[in-house]
Amino acid sequence: MSEWVMAGLVVWPLIWGALTLILPSRWVLFAGALGALGTLALGVWVVSLPPQIMTLGNWPTPLGLSWRLDGISQSLIGLTAVVGGLISVYAGVDKSCPSVFWGLWLGAWGAMNALFLTADVFHFYVTLELLTVSAVAMVALTPSAAATRAAFRYLVVSLTGSMFFLLGVALLYGRYGVLDMAILSEQMTMDWVSALALAVMTIGLLAKTAVFPLHSWLPQAHSEALTAVSAILSALVIKTAFYGLMRLWLDVFATLATVSASMVLGILASAAIFWGGYQALTTSRLKRLVAWSTVAQVGGLLLALALVVQAQATHSVQTASLWQGLVWLIGAHALAKSAWFLAAGTVQKRAGSDYLTQIGFAMQHSPISVFAMTLAVVSLSGLPFTMGFIGKWWLLSLAWELQAWLWMLVSLLGSLLTLAYGWRLLNLSLMSRVWPQPLNPVSVSKDWVALGLALLAVIGGFGSHWFWEGI
Amino acid sequence: MSVWIYSLCALGLVLIGLYGLVRSHHGLQQLLSINVMGSGVFMLLLALAARHAPADAVPQALVLTGIVVAISALALGLALLRRLASYDEDPSHE
Repeated sequence: MSEWVMAGLVVWPLIWGALTLILPSRWVLFAGALGALGTLALGVWVVSLPPQIMTLGNWPTPLGLSWRLDGISQSLIGLTAVVGGLISVYAGVDKSCPSVFWGLWLGAWGAMNALFLTADVFHFYVTLELLTVSAVAMVALTPSAAATRAAFRYLVVSLTGSMFFLLGVALLYGRYGVLDMAILSEQMTMDWVSALALAVMTIGLLAKTAVFPLHSWLPQAHSEALTAVSAILSALVIKTAFYGLMRLWLDVFATLATVSASMVLGILASAAIFWGGYQALTTSRLKRLVAWSTVAQVGGLLLALALVVQAQATHSVQTASLWQGLVWLIGAHALAKSAWFLAAGTVQKRAGSDYLTQIGFAMQHSPISVFAMTLAVVSLSGLPFTMGFIGKWWLLSLAWELQAWLWMLVSLLGSLLTLAYGWRLLNLSLMSRVWPQPLNPVSVSKDWVALGLALLAVIGGFGSHWFWEGI
Repeated sequence: MSVWIYSLCALGLVLIGLYGLVRSHHGLQQLLSINVMGSGVFMLLLALAARHAPADAVPQALVLTGIVVAISALALGLALLRRLASYDEDPSHE
C-alpha cells in the first residue's frame, strides 16, 4: 500500500499536469484542481507512513534506484503539500494565471516529491533538472521582456549549477563505483577526489539555492514572475536545493564535513544575510523587497546548516534534534514567505503598481493582506508565538552550546534587519497622508489565502511539540 | 593510463566551458558554453566506464539520461532566446 502512495506522489501530479495541457480550456481548472487536491492528500498521507526504503522495480541497490522515506523527506513532502495546496487555491482564483500554469506547476510539484524521495545522487540530479525546467518556464509565463530575460538568466545559472553537481556525481562514481547515498556515506573516506566532489556539488547547489555571491538571479526571477509563481519559487523551489545541501553535508559527505568547512558556509551565510537585508532596505519596489528578503533568509538557513555541521563534527551536542531544527526553519520560512508573497501580489494588483511610493492607498484598503504580511514578518524575524520564534530559539541555543558567539550575533542582527525592512513596508499602511487613487478590483479570497498561510505559521508555533518529540 | 588522458581532457573541457560562460555576454554563447561543460562531464563518465574490460554499463546509461536532460534544457533556453529576440524586434509587446 505505502508503495502506491509514494509512487502516486510523483505519478498523480504528472498525469494531471499533462492532461491540463491537452484538455479543452474549460476543463483545465477542473483537472488542475483535481491534480492539486490528490497530490495534497497523498502528501499529507505520506507523513503518517512508517519510514522505509523502496527499491524501484525490485532492482537491487547498486544498479537499481531506491527511494527513501524518512523523517526529513516525510516532513518536507507534507510541507510542500500544505503550502502548495494553498498556493493552488490562490492560482485558481487568480484570473491572470494562464492555463499553461497548471501543467508546469503540477510537473514541478511531482518533481519536488521525487526529489525528496530519492536516495540516489544521480536521480537527485535528474529531479533537480526536471524542477529547474518547470520553474524557469513558470517565470517565463509573465508576458514581458523583463520576465523573459529573468527566466533566461535563471536557466543559465541553474544549468551551470546542475553541471557542477553532475561533475561531482561523476567523480563520486569514479571513486566509489556507487551512487546510492547510504552506501556512499558508509564508504566515504577523506581524499582529494571526494573533497573535489563535495566542493563542486556544493557550489552547484549554492547557485541553485541563491546563496551570496551566486544570488543575483533570484531577485529578478522571483519578482518578475506571476504572484503564485513567486510564492512557489521562494517558498518551495529554493528549499529543494537547500535540502540537497543538507543531505550532502550531514549524510553523504559527513566524514568530510569538518568545523573549518562549516566556517566557509557560515561566512557565505553571513554575507547573504547582510547583503540581502541591505538591498531589501533600499529597494524601491514591493516584490523586489520580498525577493531580497528571501536572499537574506536563505543565508539564515545556511547559517543554521553551518552550525549543525559544526555540532555533528565536534559531537558536542546530542544530535537527535539537529535535522528537526533545520526542517522546522525550512517550514517556518516556507509558510511565512508564501504568505508574504501572495499578500504583496494582491496589494500590487490592487494598486496597479509595484513601487513602494504608490501602494500606500492600496495597503490601507487591504487590511487582511496587511495582517498576513505582519504575521509573516513577525515569524520571519523570530518574534514569539510563531514558528519562526521556535526555529530562532533552537538556532540560538545550538549556537550557545557550541559557543559560536559570532554566528549568534549574525543571527540576531539578521532578525533586526528583517524587522527593519518589514517595518518599512508595513509602515506604508499607517501613513496618514496618502494620495487616494483608483484601485483595481481584486477578489478578497486572495487576501484570505495569504492570511491562511500566515496563520499556519502562527498555529505551528503552538502545536510544535508533536514535531520535536513525535518523530 | 589512457583513462587519465581522457579524464584530464574531460576536466579541461569543463574548464573551457566555464571560461566561455564567464566571458560571454550573449545568451547563445552562454548556452553553448554550458553544453561544452556538459560534454566534458559526459566524457569523464565515459572515461571512467572504460576502466573495466567490458565497459561498465552504468556510466553509459547515466550519460544517455544526461544527454536527454541537457537537450530539453537547451531547447527551453533556445525558446526563451527566440522570445527575447521577438521582443527586441517589436518593442510594442512590452
